[in-house]
Amino acid sequence: MNRIDQIFESAKTDGRKLLMPFVCGGRPSLDALPPMLVGLEQSGASIVEIGFPFSDPIADGPVIAAAMHQALLDGVTPTGLFEAIAKARSQLDLGIIAMVSMSIVGRMGLERFIADAKAAGIDGLIVPDSPQEESDDLAAAAREAGLTLTLLVAPTTTGERLERIVRACTGFVYLMARMGITGESSCPPEVQSRVEQIRAISDLPIACGFGISTPEHIASVTSSADAAIVGSALVRRVENAINNGEDATAEAIRFTEELAGGLSASC
Amino acid sequence: MTTSLTNVPDTQGRFGEFGGAYVPETLVAALAQLDSAYQTAMADPEFDREFNRLLTEYVGRPTPLHIANRLTKHAANKSASGKAATIWLKREDLAHTGAHKINNTLGQALLTQRMGKQRVIAETGAGQHGVATATACAHLGLSCEVYMGSEDVRRQRLNVVRMELLGAKVNRVDSGSRTLKDATNEAMRDWMGSVETTHYILGSVVGPSPFPRIVRDFQSCIGREAREQFLAATGKLPDTIVACVGGGSNAAGMFYPFIDDVSVKLVGVEAGGSGPALGQHAAPLCEGSPGVLHGSRSYVLQDSDGQTADVHSCSAGLDYPGVGPEHSYWKDTGRAQYTSVTDAEALDAFSITARCEGIIPALESAHALAHAIALAGEMNENEHLVVNLSGRGDKDVDEAARLLAE
Repeated sequence: MNRIDQIFESAKTDGRKLLMPFVCGGRPSLDALPPMLVGLEQSGASIVEIGFPFSDPIADGPVIAAAMHQALLDGVTPTGLFEAIAKARSQLDLGIIAMVSMSIVGRMGLERFIADAKAAGIDGLIVPDSPQEESDDLAAAAREAGLTLTLLVAPTTTGERLERIVRACTGFVYLMARMGITGESSCPPEVQSRVEQIRAISDLPIACGFGISTPEHIASVTSSADAAIVGSALVRRVENAINNGEDATAEAIRFTEELAGGLSASC
Repeated sequence: MTTSLTNVPDTQGRFGEFGGAYVPETLVAALAQLDSAYQTAMADPEFDREFNRLLTEYVGRPTPLHIANRLTKHAANKSASGKAATIWLKREDLAHTGAHKINNTLGQALLTQRMGKQRVIAETGAGQHGVATATACAHLGLSCEVYMGSEDVRRQRLNVVRMELLGAKVNRVDSGSRTLKDATNEAMRDWMGSVETTHYILGSVVGPSPFPRIVRDFQSCIGREAREQFLAATGKLPDTIVACVGGGSNAAGMFYPFIDDVSVKLVGVEAGGSGPALGQHAAPLCEGSPGVLHGSRSYVLQDSDGQTADVHSCSAGLDYPGVGPEHSYWKDTGRAQYTSVTDAEALDAFSITARCEGIIPALESAHALAHAIALAGEMNENEHLVVNLSGRGDKDVDEAARLLAE
């Protein structure tokens, strides 16, 4: 059984909800990634999404886009990320999802990207610029390798198309809490009715992201969804720490612990 | 050729292996809505009437097609044989706002109204598409915001003033390389949060389906007119057609009506910049390879990790790392040939056309002219070559003066 499936299954058995932080791969550095992942796991993360830096991340807001731009200036490559993840894997139980653009997967070649991802210890993929219509080859290759492939459900995704997307997902469904690009929000998103719609057609766990920035938001979305994804709020803190000459890894761990507080509040 | 190459894209927006819609889920519903609005409009004679009325009364179409006598003589003088094919110019520089871009922006602004949307966004590099979008929006009473890289804002200040005069808001983009590709990223990001009220008027035959097809169709008035005009003047079809290719909208509009005329040779000219190394040029069809950029699969300039490469051209309108998927399809099927000319060659053609013909061409169009002059000299004297003069060069005089002084 894939690690992602195991993690959700044991959480379901125990009645726990999950925290899924997103980090920009290579920030503050590739060397910092293994200790950061170990620290995130210890502070309450169950699955980590690692964003593969891309020159033109159209689905990302200014915070993540700027972090990716900086990582590329520092020379972070997919191969470098695979190596850093491989180093960390044996010290970790948490699930690792690669969040990566089709431009990168396509240039490396689908087969090679998936083989290298699997060898590095990555458990699943999200390719946010490959919608369901373009994802047949991706889904087949991921299934063959035993990796999960998660597609996104937007607020505008409805009807027959929603069913097709949910059916094409493995591991979990990614429910976007709001329209637009990645970024923080002031008020907690309302997702309960969307979660119920998806539950009516699938048994897959539902992770909710976009605009989730505080423990209160996490408490709110995980009252219905199975997991909360936090990206920009965490990346912003890491970037601020780097800019202030502080320990960015320690800051990521501290904030993750704070976010995890939102999970217990919902139980 | 046994099957028609004009019967593309398919229902998935594919031109052979190229095209498609590699976009975040947030945009899928908007693209479906656009596709449906476009299909409905195409089936409605009233849309066609209204679009054509605007093209005639407001844009000033048809634009002229005429022989460039002194340019032809220049080509003959430069040729080893002392002879050259007759060069004809299709004068898109005479369209309202000074380039072909207005054909597409008016068509899409009409679609915006049909979709019941009031707000338009656009990306722009040199500012020509931004000005054409601001113009169409002013004429039809739509609100307009244009994304432009801060580096381009600096280089093309006059077009920023024009857009603002036309009532558009110009949003400066400071991310990435601060040029066209980054302006495109920002426009797409805006659209992801605003699709319900906003239409994104993409400026070229690039991006996710259905944009490449819609822009090609709206620009096809260029080729349809040129074909009729040339037939009326000579009773036959031209031997060769030459157009510059950045994203490729003027070339697609010119080539498409000739695709089934297999005797007509189609040549696209990319920006060869200052040299063949990655980063020195903007010639994805000549130097790149297939990949995904800005929502479609096409020839692109990327590094070995799939990161978009830096590009360079003296012409801001050609300074883009991707190209329309239909051009990739025409390249791989052999229906069109693609070549490139350098900054220096384009600049030379810019000056020659001004002196020989009394026309200051856009630096983009000067790429097509440079290749046309050389190609005419290799053709027979009784053959005919049509160049799409896609825009006027007033916007480029500062830059050209600076480069010519170097």
